[in-house]
Parts: sequence; structure tokens; C-alpha cells
Amino acid sequence: MPAPLIEMRGISKSFGAVMANEAVDLSVAPGEILGLLGENGAGKTTLMNVLFGAYAPDAGEILVQGRPATINSSADALAAGIGMVHQHFHLAPRLSVLENLLIGIPGKSGRIDRAGGRARLNEIGRQHGLTLDPDLPVSALSIGEQQRLEIVKALFRGARLLILDEPTAVLAPTEVDGLFSALRSMAAQGLGIIFISHKLNEVRALTHRCVVLRHGRVTGRVDAPASTTSSEMARLMCGHEIVPPARGPSTPGEAVLTLDGISTSRHSGMALRDVSLSVRAGEILGIAGVAGNGQRALAEVISGIRAPDAGRLTIAGKMVSRFSPREVQALGLGRIPEDRMTTGLVTNLPLADSMVLPRIGTDAFSRNGLLRPDAIRAFAEAQIKAYDIRCPGPMTRAGALSGGNLQKALLARELAFDPKVLIVSQPTRGLDIGAARFIHEKFLDMRARGCGIIVLGEDLEELLMLCDRIAVIYEGRIVGTLDSADATIARLGLMMTGAEGHS
Amino acid sequence: MFRLEARTSTPGWFNLALPLLAIGATLVLCSGLIALAGAGVIEAYGVMFSASLGDSYAITETLVRATPMIFTGLAVAVAFRAKFWNIGAEGQLLAGAVASCAVGAIPMPGPLAMLLMALAGAAAGAAVALVPATLRVKFRVDDVVSSLLLNSVIFYGLMALIEGPWKDSFSGYPISPPIEDSANFPVLLEGTRLHLGVVAAFLAAPVIWFLIARTTLGFRIRVVGENPEAARYGGIHVERVLISTALLSGALAGLAGVGEVGGVHFQVMSDISPGYGYSGIVVAMLARLNPLGVVPAALFLAAVMTGAEAMSRATGVPAFLSDVIQGTALLAMLVALLFTAYRVRRVGAAR
Ligand SMILES: Nc1ncnc2c1ncn2[C@@H]1O[C@H](COP(=O)(O)OP(=O)(O)O)[C@@H](O)[C@H]1O
Ligand SMILES: [Mg+2]
Repeated sequence: MPAPLIEMRGISKSFGAVMANEAVDLSVAPGEILGLLGENGAGKTTLMNVLFGAYAPDAGEILVQGRPATINSSADALAAGIGMVHQHFHLAPRLSVLENLLIGIPGKSGRIDRAGGRARLNEIGRQHGLTLDPDLPVSALSIGEQQRLEIVKALFRGARLLILDEPTAVLAPTEVDGLFSALRSMAAQGLGIIFISHKLNEVRALTHRCVVLRHGRVTGRVDAPASTTSSEMARLMCGHEIVPPARGPSTPGEAVLTLDGISTSRHSGMALRDVSLSVRAGEILGIAGVAGNGQRALAEVISGIRAPDAGRLTIAGKMVSRFSPREVQALGLGRIPEDRMTTGLVTNLPLADSMVLPRIGTDAFSRNGLLRPDAIRAFAEAQIKAYDIRCPGPMTRAGALSGGNLQKALLARELAFDPKVLIVSQPTRGLDIGAARFIHEKFLDMRARGCGIIVLGEDLEELLMLCDRIAVIYEGRIVGTLDSADATIARLGLMMTGAEGHS
Repeated sequence: MFRLEARTSTPGWFNLALPLLAIGATLVLCSGLIALAGAGVIEAYGVMFSASLGDSYAITETLVRATPMIFTGLAVAVAFRAKFWNIGAEGQLLAGAVASCAVGAIPMPGPLAMLLMALAGAAAGAAVALVPATLRVKFRVDDVVSSLLLNSVIFYGLMALIEGPWKDSFSGYPISPPIEDSANFPVLLEGTRLHLGVVAAFLAAPVIWFLIARTTLGFRIRVVGENPEAARYGGIHVERVLISTALLSGALAGLAGVGEVGGVHFQVMSDISPGYGYSGIVVAMLARLNPLGVVPAALFLAAVMTGAEAMSRATGVPAFLSDVIQGTALLAMLVALLFTAYRVRRVGAAR
């Protein structure tokens, strides 16, 4: 094996009482893709931030090409050939792709070398299939393209080792394939890559070797991920076996949500065209589709945010007339949004505020326009306990919680009032196995109690496990609905490209 | 080398310490200017202090000064909570002054006159604030620009009135006719200008605090300010909340004008407000948008203003220093706010 590009020895880092990393050893060789696996909070990001110079370790040392190095800042890291693509991108949205690429790069005699930048951008794009239009503003790029730009930026700055922190958490499955082929092409040219994820199948498909972290410590090293079983890796990651919950038989009742010929205008994104669907009590209906095929409009109509141009929406036997979030909620609709931070919670206010937000005007939390702070607090505390939401208390800023805990908080808020119908989008995106498992169990519980659930998602394995029936949406139309007994990933995948299915 | 590191939590005592730190830094920074103007720093600050807080009369003068800034500070704090960027408290104050003066000039029993003056002034301020709010809600016009520009429109409108149809025929100066004597706000302490409006301002702060912290409207204002999308999905009518906020904010700024007419000037003139509306922004920021913090913040600025005038008389330092101190205090506070989100860490020497 070639000498390692970088090596971390005995790295420890604590935040107050939390040991985020404890005596971690890790190395990456040129041309190697190393997987860094672990549940949320295992310390993956912290370890990489130490390597990238954002945090100084409490103990341990870093060697770059065999020589001890002090990395105190991202500038030091870049000088040592280490590039990082963070979970949240660091781009200037109003500047163009090319300008973002050239930020902080001194050209000849203080001038910015646009022509040179453009040439390098094209070259890197061609080499690894990372093409980007240099003149588009970053605000016009999709998330996947922004990520591509972050990768190109790191390569442009001469990275020999590229760190990607949960790069697939924000990508659609089709984009994941593109990312993987780019990463493989970079590795083939001798770059080292650290790939962080908690998705076992991805790690098995992509990486050459992997290191598993739990509670800040290395709990396992896997030398041949491709031939190691997922359940073995899950055990290293969680400390115990993870059994997927079993969906028992159910006897669906009356329809609790019906869409009848719903069409929307092309207001933003894909419009809906004559969509008819229904979900019965005690049934989980999946809506599979590649992102951008009308899921957003569908969720907006059902949530009462947008009125359709044609068609009828019926919730629990009553027709929705005014299309306001308050109206559909009063009819018994609960909603777990895809983007927890933007349309779900208020990150800068206490968690308790987010947990009562949709029902603040009801007697449970206010009387005659006056809040009932004790009731609000008691409700939040009870839910925090019931759902095991990890946080210092109801007055913690919501934004300080991890994704899994935020998702639990949203779930608690919606389920506390026994919705008749629940609409959820990408319910476990970004969550680790343990948290995802918890969410799935709650859905199956609700199903057993007669709630009708609509799950919009791209993760077909998840949909197949959860749903009784799966409808496929393509270009704003429902192209077919399958009983999940008849559905296979291959068949759904085909329908998602627009091929007609059979209902 | 130093580096900023994000904080995960902010200690509670920061809320008190930061404004004090900002004020301290301001006094230190401005001492350089005083020295440049050729006066002794200790002496100048001494005069400032004694003229603003040194005896009971000085204190009442500072309180009277603080009153309009408490109202405009509350107006701005409420608006900024909802991220309705009301830079128009100045114009709303002037509108409140004009309306209350017009009402106060009508002969009627004193208490009724005072009540109607307050209502008219609040309504006028609210009506003015409605303009930028409606433009923003209906047409997405930037509220900073529209509310700011409206200040000039109202100011010149007021000038046109008092130079023209509303000119006081008795004195012949460009000032409005005075309000009825019976409508003058009662003075609380013989021999001072401490009027009823001062008490009203001190009561308004806890009322507004209660409204923001303990009512559903306050809850909605906070949520709309922090995340309008989540508010909308949560069933909150965001536009309606913005309009309500604007009305409330404008009414408070209007009351600032009412107090100046009823308690201090008894008529309207072009310089009835030396920029109290703009000072309200500084007050609200120093108070970190907390209505209870508005009172001490307004008192600080009022002390600076009364003090700076006395200082300029005694030492020859231009009274403009008062504006400089206000501006510096705002900047110092904005810098201090950085420390609520970040901490400064010393890191190992650069290679
Ligand atoms: N800046 C910080 N301050 C305090 N605690 C932190 C900070 N960053 C991370 N932690 C804590 O350290 C642990 C590891 O977090 P992290 O490295 O983000 O995990 P991962 O990336 O594996 O999800 C968690 O318990 C987290 O709460
Ligand atoms: Mg992480």
C-alpha cells in the first residue's frame, strides 16, 4: 500500500462534557476512498473539522505525507492539500460560478485571472464529469450543482485529499450516481477521499475501506465494505442489531383524504395535471417519483398553502373550500414537511414555540388572546419525554437540535392531536438508522390506530417497507398505482421515468 | 492569532453586560473627539453628567427627553421583531403631533381632550405606518426604503401646513396655533416639565413587553419575524400579522408626537422632533428589541442629549457630539452583538 496522504493519530476533542472524538486513528492513502460511518452525533463532522483546521484537537497529531503538521485554519488545510465540502455549502449566491471559484485566489499582479479560471473549470469538469456553466449565478444552481461547485472549488485549490460531509443527504438518487462516478474518477487519478455517510448501501457501493465511529470512538474498521453485510455494519454503528419494523396486515376503512381531478397552474415548479388519489383510514399510501415531478405542488395543495385551479380535495368527508393551512388542519390533517428548518420549525425561537405553533390559537395554548405559558411548557416537556427528544429542555433554541431530534419534535407536535390524515415528505432524509427506525414505527402505529398516511418519497426501499399502496408521480400526473405486494424497485423505477403502469 | 468560534449558547448575563460594554466603549471612543475639540475629557463628561443626572431638575429634564424616545424605541422594537423594517417612526411621530395638535385646539373638557389627542395621534401614526406595510404586503416594495422616504414627505407636508393654511395668525411665525390650555398635560412636579406623558411612556414599556411575550399576537409577531414560511404553514396569516404590527408600531410612534405636543411644546413647529424617530432605532437596538430594555436605553440617549447641550455651552465642544455619541453607541452595540453568537478564541501562533 502507498504511504498515506494524511494520518490522524489519537485525536481527541471534547465540547464541555461531550467527548466528540476520543483517541481516533485514521489514515487515507492516495487513490483511496475511505468511508466514515456513524450515527448522527457520533463525531464525524467534528473529526473532519479537526482535520480541516476549524477546531484544535485536545490531544493527538496530524501527519501530512508522513510529516507532522499544524493545521490551525482552513488556509493551513488547503496549503496541506486538504479540501472539504461541508454539509452546508459556503457559496456566495449572487456571484457567478466562476467568481465563486476565484474568490480568494490572487491572480497575476493582483488581477483576477478569469480566462485561466474558466479553462481550469472546463478541464476539471471534463475530467470528472463535473460540468458547470461558469456564468450562471450560484442562486440559479440546484443543490446538486452547488455541491459540484464546492468539489470543483476544492480541486481548483489543489486538494489532494477531499473530505465530503454527508454529501448524499441533500441529493436525489439520480444525482447520487453522478457524484459517485465523479468520486471514482478522482480516486483513479490518485486523490484521497473521505466520504461521510450513515447510509450503509452507499458506503458499501463506493468505499474501499471504512471506519465506524460511535460516541466519538472507533468501534470498527471494515477492510472490504462491499463484501460486508449491512447488518454487520449497522451493528458496529449502533451497538445492536437493527431489525426493520414489520408492517402487519390492516383493514383500511373509509377514505379520509380524496383528491379528485386536481390541477394547478405552473406557479412554481411542476404543475399538477388531473391528479386523483385517495387514502383510506389505516392505510399508508406512498407517492414515488423523482424530485421535481409535482410533489411540491401536491404537498402544497394538501397542506392548504395553494388552491388548485381545478378539482376537489376532501378531508375526512368534508370538502376543502378556502385552502388555508388552518382549514385543512381543523379538518384533521397533520403535516411533516420535507424541509424541517424552513417550513416546519422556527430555529431561532425556543423549541416549545415551534411545538405549539400550528395550534397556538386553540384553547390548549391560549385563552382570549393570552398565551398560557405553563400549558405550552408542560406540553413541550411531555412530548420531549414521550419521544425521547434529546435537548436540554423546551426553552432550547430549536436550531440547536440535530436533524433526528427535530424530526421527532415535528412528529410529536402533529401526532399529539390525533390527525385523521398525515402527509409526510421524505420522512427520514438525513436521519440515521436508529432515528429512521423510530419514525417508521410511529407511522405504523398511527396506521394501526386508523390514521391515513401519505408518504412522498424517493427512497423506494423505504416506501416498499412502509406503504400498502404506491402511486407513481411523473410530470405532474399519477402514472399508476401499485399494491406494494406487486411492486418492485425495478417496476417502480421504470414507472418513475414515465412508463405507464397498471392500476 | 485570534479566531471567532460559533457559540452554542449565550449566557444570560450577556443581555445586561453587552449594552453596558457598548456604552462604556462609546464613552471611551468619543473622549478622543472631545480632546480634539480642545476640552478636558473628564471635565466635559463631568458637565454632561451633572447636567443630565446631577440634580433632581436635571433628572426630570432627562426623563422628559427620554419620553418620546421610549415611544419611538418601542415602535421600532415591535416592528423589528416582526422584521417589518419601520424606519419611519420620525414621520409617524410628526403625523401624531399634527393630529393631536389639531384635536387639542378644539375647546372641550381637559381630560376628554387629552384622551382624544392620544387617540388621534396614535391613529395618525398608525395610518402613516400602514403605507409602507401595505406596499410591502401587496406589492413587495422594500419597507426600509418606503418608510424612510415617507419621513421626508410628511416633514415637508407639515412645513407646508405651518407655513401656509395652518400658520399661527397670532404670532406670525411658521408654527401651528397652540392647543387649548385645558388640553395641556398636567405637570406632575411643580417647577419642572415632568408631564403626564412621561408616566404613560414608562407604563407603555411593560404593556408592550406583555403584548410581545404573553399574547397570541405577540407570539405570531415573533414567529413571523423569525420564519414567515413556518408561520404560514402553521396557519398564521402572515400579511395580517405584518399589518397589525405596522399599525401598532405606527401608533406608538404617533404617541411620541402626542406627548411632545401635549406636554412640552403645546403646538407644532418644524423642529418639534430633533430626530427622535431615528433615535428610536438606536434605542431599540441598544435594548436588543426587548421592550423593557427600551426604557434604560432611551434614558441613556436622553442623558447624552441633555448632557451634550450643557457640555457644549460650558466647554465649547459642538453639541453635534450628541449625534456622534448616538451613532457610536449603535455601532458599538452592533459589534457587541457579535459576541452573543461568537466567542473569540486565541489559537496557536501562525507558522
Ligand atoms: N460546536 C459544538 N459545541 C458543542 N458540542 C458540539 C459542537 N459540535 C458538535 N458537538 C457535539 O459533539 C458530538 C458530535 O457531533 P458531530 O461531530 O456533529 O457528529 P456527526 O457529524 O457524526 O453527526 C455531538 O454530541 C454534538 O452535539
Ligand atoms: Mg455531521
